[in-house]
Formats: sequence, C-alpha cells, structure tokens
Amino acid sequence: MRKLLLLSAAVFLSACGKPQDEANRLIITGSSTVAPIVADAAARYEALHPEVRIDVQTGGSSRGITDALSGLADMGMISRDLKEGETELTAHRLAMDGVCVIVHRDNPVSDFTKDQLIAIYTGKVSNWSELGGGSGEILVASKAEGRATLEVFLGYTGLDSADIRADVIVGENQHAIKTVAGNVNAIAYVSIGAAGSESESGTPIKLVSCEGIAPTTEAVAAGTFPITRPLQIVTDAETSEVATAFLNYLKTPAINDLIETHLYVPVAH
Amino acid sequence: MCRLRIDWLVRHLLGVLAVVAGGLVVVVIFSLLQGAWPAINSGLLGHFFSDPNWQPGSVRDPQYGLVPMLAGSFLVTVAAALIATPLGVAGAVFHHFYAPRQIAKWNLRAMELLAGMPAVVLGFWGLTVVVPAIARIEPPGQSLLAAALVLALMILPIIALTTQAALAAVPLSQVQAAAGLGIGRAGTILKIALPMARRGIGAGVLLALARAIGETLVVVMLCGNIAQIPGSLFDPIRPVTSTIALEMGYATASHKSLLYAAGLILVLVVGLLVGWLSFRKNLDHDAVN
Repeated sequence: MRKLLLLSAAVFLSACGKPQDEANRLIITGSSTVAPIVADAAARYEALHPEVRIDVQTGGSSRGITDALSGLADMGMISRDLKEGETELTAHRLAMDGVCVIVHRDNPVSDFTKDQLIAIYTGKVSNWSELGGGSGEILVASKAEGRATLEVFLGYTGLDSADIRADVIVGENQHAIKTVAGNVNAIAYVSIGAAGSESESGTPIKLVSCEGIAPTTEAVAAGTFPITRPLQIVTDAETSEVATAFLNYLKTPAINDLIETHLYVPVAH
Repeated sequence: MCRLRIDWLVRHLLGVLAVVAGGLVVVVIFSLLQGAWPAINSGLLGHFFSDPNWQPGSVRDPQYGLVPMLAGSFLVTVAAALIATPLGVAGAVFHHFYAPRQIAKWNLRAMELLAGMPAVVLGFWGLTVVVPAIARIEPPGQSLLAAALVLALMILPIIALTTQAALAAVPLSQVQAAAGLGIGRAGTILKIALPMARRGIGAGVLLALARAIGETLVVVMLCGNIAQIPGSLFDPIRPVTSTIALEMGYATASHKSLLYAAGLILVLVVGLLVGWLSFRKNLDHDAVN
C-alpha cells in the first residue's frame, strides 16, 4: 500500500516535469484557418531550434486579437484585415485565402454575380429556377456570427449580418460542406482551400465561379478572384526576441510549401 | 500501527480529493459569474427577454433576444425525452422479463456501447444519414426533428439502464406473490413492477433531461441553428448550447459577456433539475422511514 502511494507521488511529480525556460516558450492563438500553417511551421522551427517551444491554440480571429493585446499570447493569428479600432497591433501577412460559393455537384448553376448572391442571401430569390438551375427551393446556409468567413462575405456583398435570411447557420467549413453535400438545393460559402480539397477527394460539391472568375488558388494568387482574405499574424509593441525570430522565419519562403499544402496562396516576400 | 497510519493517510487523501472535486464546481460557477458580470451590471441582460432576434454581430441593429433559444433548448430536450422514454422503458421491461438470456446480454452490451458512443460520431452520422433523409420529406433537414432523434439515441441508454436497475430492485417476493395469485406476466409488469420502479425510472428520465439540455456537439451539427420559435418539427431551431459553441471563440466585449450569462442560465436550469432529483430522493427516504 505504501509503495503504491510513493509510486503515485513519484508519477505525479515527474508529470509536473522540470520548468520550461519561459523566455524560449511562445504562445500563439487565434484563427483556426491560420493555425494549421503556423503549427506546421512551428514544428519545423522547433526542429531547427530545439530550445524553443511553440504552443499554437485556436479560438477564432477575435481571440487572436484579444490575446495579442492582453499579452496572453506572444502573437495572434487572424484570417481578416485589421479593423479600424485595432491600431495598437501590427499585422504580418503570411498568405491569402479566397472565399468561394459552393453548391451540390448535381446543381447545373456554375456562376454567380454579386447581385445574385445578394438576392439569394437576403431572400429576394428563393428558387433555383430564377437562376437558371432546376426547380427547387434554395437552401441558404450561412456562417455563424463572428466567423471571419462571414465577415469577408459581408464585406464583399456589402450586407449587414441582420440582412441575411438563412435557412441554416453553420459553424466550421466542414459543417458547411457536409450541409451542401447532403442537399442538392443548398448553397454555402467556405474557404477555397477547404472546398478544393474536399471536392478533389470526391465529396459531391461544386465550387462556383464568381463574376466569371473560377475559384482557384491561381486566381487568388493573381488577385483576380473577388472574395479574398489575408491570413495574418498580429503582434503588439512588446514582441520578445524569440517571437521576433520566429516571426521572421514565418515571413521567409521556407514555409511556402506548407502554405500550399493547405491550399492557400503564399505571399511574395 | 502501520495500518492505522495508512488508514489516516487514505482517509485524508480521499477527503482532499473530494473537496477538490466539489470545489471545481464552485470555481466554474464563479468564473461564469465573473464573465457574465459586465452584462449583468450594465443591464444588458434585459435584452435577453425584450429583443425579438439574435443578431449580435449586426452593425446596424444589434439584438440579443434569448427567448427563441431557451425555447429551442426546451423543445429539443423534451422531444428527445418523449422519443427516448417509451423506447428505453420498453427495452428495459423486455430485457428484464421477456428476453432469453443471450439476447438480454447482448441488449445490455448494445446499450452500454451506445452510452459510450462519442457525441461527434453520432453527430456526424446524423449529418450524413438522418439529415438528408429528413430533407427528402421536408427541407432543410437540419431541424428540431433531426436533433431530437439523434439526441434521443444519446439519452436512450441512460433511461434504459436506470430502468433496468429500478426493475431489478423490485423485491422478488412481490413478483412471486403476484405469480402466486395467478396474475399473468403482463399484469405483474403493469400493476406491480412498473409502479414500484417508477421513482427509479423518473430519476433516469430527469438525469437524461439534464444530459440532453447540456448536449452541444450533436445539436450544433443537426439543429440548423436558426434562432426562431419553430412552427413545426421540420423547422430549424437554435438551443442555447449551440449559440455558445458557435460564437464564444469569436465574440468580444458585451457579446461575450452575454454568452457567459446564457451559460449561467443553462447551469441554473440543470441545477433546478438536479435539485428536483434530490428532493424526490428525500421524499423517498422519508417515505421508507
């Protein structure tokens, strides 16, 4: 019995481990769109600099902003531009992403104009027959409040979130993709990266072009695709040496292959 | 001597662990209160009941009406319980009184497996199988009905297993006495076993309700998340838990504080359910004494 207690005490103490060197520990929080890139880059950076430990946590662009400002995180990740009030932060652009409209693979519609999107999402057009599709009630899927994808979509269409008349509200990109894959009359908007890889792997969705421009990473890179958003790191005035070093690494072409793996577009540095 | 010391050690160790476990609940409620305080203090909470819509992100006209979501939580929970209770009780009666031993054994295993089924797996199954099936009857598919059906599947084992335990606790002498009086099996079940087990079954249903009202992952994937009072089973709804899960990571300032307050209200409701449960237990206890 006593042995058991000693053993469990020993296990408990060793689990606590030796304290990390705090100066070499980085915490990065924010957008779940940017996080996979930064997490992969962090793993690569840790292999080059074994003394550095980098924790990447998700929780949305808003959390990235809040944590970078409060000092809870060394850097924040955001998948949008800085807003007017957020002047205390500096944004560092890592990559670009496009937001595209998706429909079911069996839907004959292949292009939307901005006005058509506005009409669909405000409920003025409610049947596919009015858009040259089959005859079915349009199932409008929109993103939940606060999602960067919604903000980018609102920015493009010039709508207010109160104008949107959705049939279902979805959260993650995956949720939107499954909703469209399961209903031939559904429409949603998601990250091109997420939609592209799902469509390639056989999910019955179709990426619809916008104002005649096909949603491809090439079009995003060329700047011709109309709905795009930057994937960025934000820092406040007090950035540690270790954080600055990692930030500089993120801005080199060394991580471009990681960005492309996730189907985003690297920014030319 | 040594034995005594170990007893002392174990006793105090367990005591500390018990206090830690209980204290954690207090810590959680305290931090909820702390998060909700700005909203409570600034009187924003009134919007919960006066605003008709939930559109916290609107620049033009932000609104924070919670009533449709409370209705959503209530409806999906009650609907799930209405589906799961007859199935769970009937399954337990069959298991206890009719099933051959082999089938009873496998039935129990299946219930236990269902009880441990990860919510994300059920949610995913619901989204790819149940939702398209409902959408064929009436779109959009993501609806009160879809969420209630899968939620019922989640709470079914709780009701079935507690009912089985309650039936097993019915004294054998009562059942034998009924048989001795020439009452058939159906009569024994309906007039003797179920009435005697009814408090246990009720406790199971209450536990299932508490579980269902807090469930998040399944409902967020299946309910459609439109904050409205539904006109039919096929309409989308948005429970409180869905809203918190969808928006917490992205909310700032007063919006965030209101989400904390919504969470607090949910905890209050679950607290009432648990309180009712222990009140009924006390009644039982008094009745026995």
